[in-house]
Amino acid sequence: MSDLLFFVEVSLAGLGSGALLSLTALAFVLIYKATRVINLAVGEILMMGGYFFLAFAAGWGLSPWLAIPAAIAGGALIGAVVERGIIRRMLGESPISVFMVTVGLGSVLVGIVELVWGTDPRTLPDFMGTAPVFIGEAYVSRKIAISFAVAGLVIAVFLALFRFWRGGVALRATATDQAAAYSCGINVPGVFSLAWTIGCGTAAGAGVLLGSIGGIAPTMGAFGLSALVVVIVGGLDSVAGALVAGLAIGLVEAWTGTYLGGEYKLVFTFGILILMLMIRPYGLFGTKEIERL
Amino acid sequence: MRIATANETYLADEALIRTRTQWAWTAVLAAGLAAAPFALNNYWLYLACLVAINVASATGLNILTGYTGLVSLGQGAFMAVGAYTVAWLDRNVGAPFLVNLFAGGLMAAAVGILVGLPSLRVKGLYLAIATIGASIILQFVFLNWTSVTGGSRGMNVAPASLFGTPLTTYFQLYFVLVPIAALMVLGAANLFRTRIGRAFIAIRDRDISAEVLGIPLLRYKLLSFAVSSFYAGVAGGMWAYFFRAVGPESFTIVESIFYLAAVIVGGMGSILGGIIGATFMTLVPEVLRFGVEAISPYVDNAGTLLSPVRTVVFGALIILFLVFEPQGLAEIVQRVRRFFHLWPFRK
Repeated sequence: MSDLLFFVEVSLAGLGSGALLSLTALAFVLIYKATRVINLAVGEILMMGGYFFLAFAAGWGLSPWLAIPAAIAGGALIGAVVERGIIRRMLGESPISVFMVTVGLGSVLVGIVELVWGTDPRTLPDFMGTAPVFIGEAYVSRKIAISFAVAGLVIAVFLALFRFWRGGVALRATATDQAAAYSCGINVPGVFSLAWTIGCGTAAGAGVLLGSIGGIAPTMGAFGLSALVVVIVGGLDSVAGALVAGLAIGLVEAWTGTYLGGEYKLVFTFGILILMLMIRPYGLFGTKEIERL
Repeated sequence: MRIATANETYLADEALIRTRTQWAWTAVLAAGLAAAPFALNNYWLYLACLVAINVASATGLNILTGYTGLVSLGQGAFMAVGAYTVAWLDRNVGAPFLVNLFAGGLMAAAVGILVGLPSLRVKGLYLAIATIGASIILQFVFLNWTSVTGGSRGMNVAPASLFGTPLTTYFQLYFVLVPIAALMVLGAANLFRTRIGRAFIAIRDRDISAEVLGIPLLRYKLLSFAVSSFYAGVAGGMWAYFFRAVGPESFTIVESIFYLAAVIVGGMGSILGGIIGATFMTLVPEVLRFGVEAISPYVDNAGTLLSPVRTVVFGALIILFLVFEPQGLAEIVQRVRRFFHLWPFRK
């Protein structure tokens, strides 16, 4: 029985980190949906979110409830500046060039963080409390439970926004057909900016949650790679896919990490990635692209 | 466009070196490369060897990414395969080092074909992501297949020996590594005068059209992967003999990004671009080191700034080149050349 309980606890922890993966994947999906750019710097923006929170909460001594929105705003600002300054200039270039630009951006952000805060890992000031949460008999870390709840809430809000908000509808229209969206009077460049701003803000928020669980370091951008697996498995342009695949990858990581050893985590997730690319390149819920000559 | 180069055959038109002036400059370059080690000190010889290794690997990646249009972030992992193969053969078989290098290349080519298999289904960014996945899995193998790779401790490599002389100094290594790299570059340049090379280019320009024209896509894409990883494998083998140790940290995803960045900065789909790009990207960190040393009397702990500044500059170079000079350094060189062809008749 205790084996089963342990399994349940591991699975719950997996779902918790899976929710964070979903949230990060959402940032990928948002940006890809609107602008067809795979932003590999999402992991680094997530890291910036953590460091912004550190700067605001520990450096300036703001209360966490002010520091969290400030960190999210900082991430969103980076997204807006990058979109306007770099990505907008790259319109019409091959997707690979834009992809490489985001790789370069990630490197710049890591370098800046190392310049300003050094390479040592830091812990974020605690704002969630530490009292454990029990679901039935199963123990769940409080931070993971809160992260799960927040991530679930944010994703629900996003789904609602896509459905009912004008901006969300404009974003979906742009994703479906750019030219048609233009001719309906939608401000497509504005949608691009919006997607980058919200996407990077989301990533920064995920960074605060992730950092408060495991601490922050300049290398935490690697989390973006796991999120990349999530979006490929779920489908690059599918919010629901990010949710389902995030939870699934989180579970797989928790199980392999516990029962096989930490070093197997990445191998399993990337094994799934390659398998997925071979079988269903457009992901579980993604749109199949048809290529014509 | 050069004048007075009318040719009567296609063969002459496709020749790598077409005019007397070009022959003269090539001779000057060869003589310079041969004489350089006598003029350079040990530090610059070290850099020259490193540049030769990086040029070989970047040229390989250029064949795959620049000429066939298949983006790969696995070049570092392929180099690691070559390096480990060389280290293992060196310890357990003891074959001559040229044979080891060749075997390292073949091994990497075999792995490259395996990694290239997803290119059957996916291309573009998806392929780039698949190669990231493959290199992470390879990294895992290097770290955990302890009996062959030495696990996290890695392996030491005995110095290469030629005609019974162990090659230990950078001076000796220069005379081995640079000619090998030069041969590999020459091979790549000649590849694109053949049917296979032209097929690669056709696939890059529009793969569906290429298939319609009768180019078997899968076979040629895998061939491109094989050639490119062969280059990476040989370069990795040279790397192993140069640093005399191989470990799992030697070739990370950062290495792969480095080579892709070198190809982008130099100029995709240009042999010259691969050479200049690899040279440039190898030397920039050293220039930064001089810069940091220059400011160290005025700034506290300037030494700790070096690594983050390198990271920032590395990323900024990728961004700036892609935004402002997408054709890379090779295009700048071409502009300068065009200017001097017409000078002084046109400014």
